[in-house]
Amino acid sequence: MKKLLSHLDWLESEAIHIMREVAGQCSNPVLLFSGGKDSLCLLRVAEKAFRPGRFPFPMMHIDTGHNYPEVINFRDKKINDLGERLIVASLEDSMKKGSIVLKSNDEPRNKYQSITLLEAIEEHGFDCCIGGARRDEEKARAKERIMSFRDEFGQWDPKNQRPELWDLYNAKVHKGENIRAFPISNWTEMDVWQYIEREKLELPNIYFAHQRKIVRRDNSIVPVTNVTPVRENELVEKIMVRFRTVGDITCTAPVESDADTVEKIILETATTSISERGATRLDDQVSEASMEQRKKEGYF
Amino acid sequence: MNKITNNTVLRFMTCGSVDDGKSTVIGRLLFDTKTILTDTLSQIEKTSKKKGMAEVDLSLITDGLQAEREQGITIDVAYRYFSTGNRKYIIADAPGHEQYTRNMVTAASTAQLAIILIDARKGILTQTKRHTYLAKLLGIKHVIVAVNKMDLIQYDEAQYKSICEDYKKFEKNISPSNAPININFLPISALKGDMIVDRGNSMAWYKGATLLQFLEDLDTSEDIKESSLRFPVQYVCRPRESANKELHDFRAFMGRIESGLLKVNDKVKVLPSGHVSSIREIRIGEQLIEEAIPEQSIAVSLADEIDISRGDMLVHYNDSVGTIKNFTGMVCWFAEAPLSSNRTYLIMHTTQTSKAKITSINYKVNIQTLNSENVNELKTNDIANISFKLAQPLIVDSYNENRGTGAFIIVDESTFHTVGAGMIQLLD
Repeated sequence: MKKLLSHLDWLESEAIHIMREVAGQCSNPVLLFSGGKDSLCLLRVAEKAFRPGRFPFPMMHIDTGHNYPEVINFRDKKINDLGERLIVASLEDSMKKGSIVLKSNDEPRNKYQSITLLEAIEEHGFDCCIGGARRDEEKARAKERIMSFRDEFGQWDPKNQRPELWDLYNAKVHKGENIRAFPISNWTEMDVWQYIEREKLELPNIYFAHQRKIVRRDNSIVPVTNVTPVRENELVEKIMVRFRTVGDITCTAPVESDADTVEKIILETATTSISERGATRLDDQVSEASMEQRKKEGYF
Repeated sequence: MNKITNNTVLRFMTCGSVDDGKSTVIGRLLFDTKTILTDTLSQIEKTSKKKGMAEVDLSLITDGLQAEREQGITIDVAYRYFSTGNRKYIIADAPGHEQYTRNMVTAASTAQLAIILIDARKGILTQTKRHTYLAKLLGIKHVIVAVNKMDLIQYDEAQYKSICEDYKKFEKNISPSNAPININFLPISALKGDMIVDRGNSMAWYKGATLLQFLEDLDTSEDIKESSLRFPVQYVCRPRESANKELHDFRAFMGRIESGLLKVNDKVKVLPSGHVSSIREIRIGEQLIEEAIPEQSIAVSLADEIDISRGDMLVHYNDSVGTIKNFTGMVCWFAEAPLSSNRTYLIMHTTQTSKAKITSINYKVNIQTLNSENVNELKTNDIANISFKLAQPLIVDSYNENRGTGAFIIVDESTFHTVGAGMIQLLD
């Protein structure tokens, strides 16, 4: 008898296996959940891994305070529907405490997420954070392990990673150290959308084409919001856009699109000429190595 | 269009050094299958221009970390993806430097196929032998020998054929020779794009498949031997605290099938305890299924209440496999600190971890000559045959019989670093 799993079944099975290794090896893991499409795939994988039981970990959102309200509402509803537990770690709390000091009020907050994340890890004593990062997103990610070791300061050392062979994952850490586990490492943006379609996953509505006020700034489309106001001499347009990633408002740009269903988005993803981060992450365009740098500092 | 949801996965690795044009081959595969998007390409164009090159340097596609760019080398395995509608491909891109044997072993551990690159001008080199040896050692069953830079030898058929003959001759003598492998040859020019995705116009004499066609057509399915079930238990689900009273006594054993077939009502044996029961249900989350195949992550419930925990293994009830407390295996040593016979290490195998001591270093394989040598210690990137004594019994198979239950990693007890990896050899 000969049988092979389809690529989505294979990817799902691998992700389930990784999550169960976290549950089996780590004593206090947490799943990082933002309400975005990748972390929604993680939640579906967790259901397939652990139902009819409860998830053996809580969810945690690192909230920059600059989120689209649709996404936050969606996040809360999703966790409620699942009957699981959500921890919200807020950048604004870190700012009140003084551990985050912004250079200016309108500075993008994305890179400061690392500080709040590390504080939350310490406060709750987490020994592993499960995240939805994918290796196809960025070249520093392409080299990251599925179970990636971080030292006491949350630092990633790309030159000294633990070799990772077969499906034998070494998640052993000492107190204070940490593992970042990435169950969907081997998924591409296309795989994610195909999985969303197959599993009929609900998503925050800003992933689908909608009318939005925007300005065009340095080759990017910048949504007009209270934290990203119109600058002098800029022309406000109202056009059809969708978000390919959702995150902090100040660093996530939408793309022009009229794809208003998952099917249309899959078609668009298959024919697009711009990569996910290239199109939508204002923070990665700063320098070729900015993701690598952030990861060395504790970013997930 | 890429919108096919029923394709399979093929994982392969590329072996070769920067000079063999390895990065260019990968770049070409990604570029010609239209995986490289405009913004990435314009970045590469910019960098190529900065370096004063006339053509776009496709090898820059696989350029990785800042530290690597600074030193002009690759220091770690990178994973890349492309999809054709027929298959999803995962490439493990391992650096070719010889001091990085560990990266090649790492990449090979999950690969089903290896592309071994040979520079047409140079023919078989020591590194070709090394790459072939490591691919065989790691149990890769399919090899494509790609003779690259054909453009630099005027696409000469005779020279290509003589390289293929040379390869066939030495390959036969490379142990472990007990595992038969499927070898294919083809001539390519990654720089010009000949025979990677498109055939090009320069090698009309070559009638075989292009590189991509080989990958598309490769049959990776293997006969599933129903009786060879190996189901290591990863995690036990006991939703006792659930509000649902029906689940009060529910217990499921979760894991991934390493080999064999598992069906509802199958009689199974739990190792190491030896208790026998039968499969009541198989599920993926809330969905019940009738049977499960290798690589599938499932949860099973048994007809009888048996105490089972992580590290136990389900096998078919009449399987004669037992537990062992001593074994011998081929080990690749990764750590800076040499392997020491005085120390205790941790061995991670399936879902089990055991303390282990080295009873003897039987021989080391000289990776240049592939000859065996006697040594007293192992250094970084050494490969050796080692015997271990275990604190906990393990349920194992020979690696060449079963990758999943024949592979192990070695972890340093004090630093928790992964310091080595190995493949079990059982004597019949």
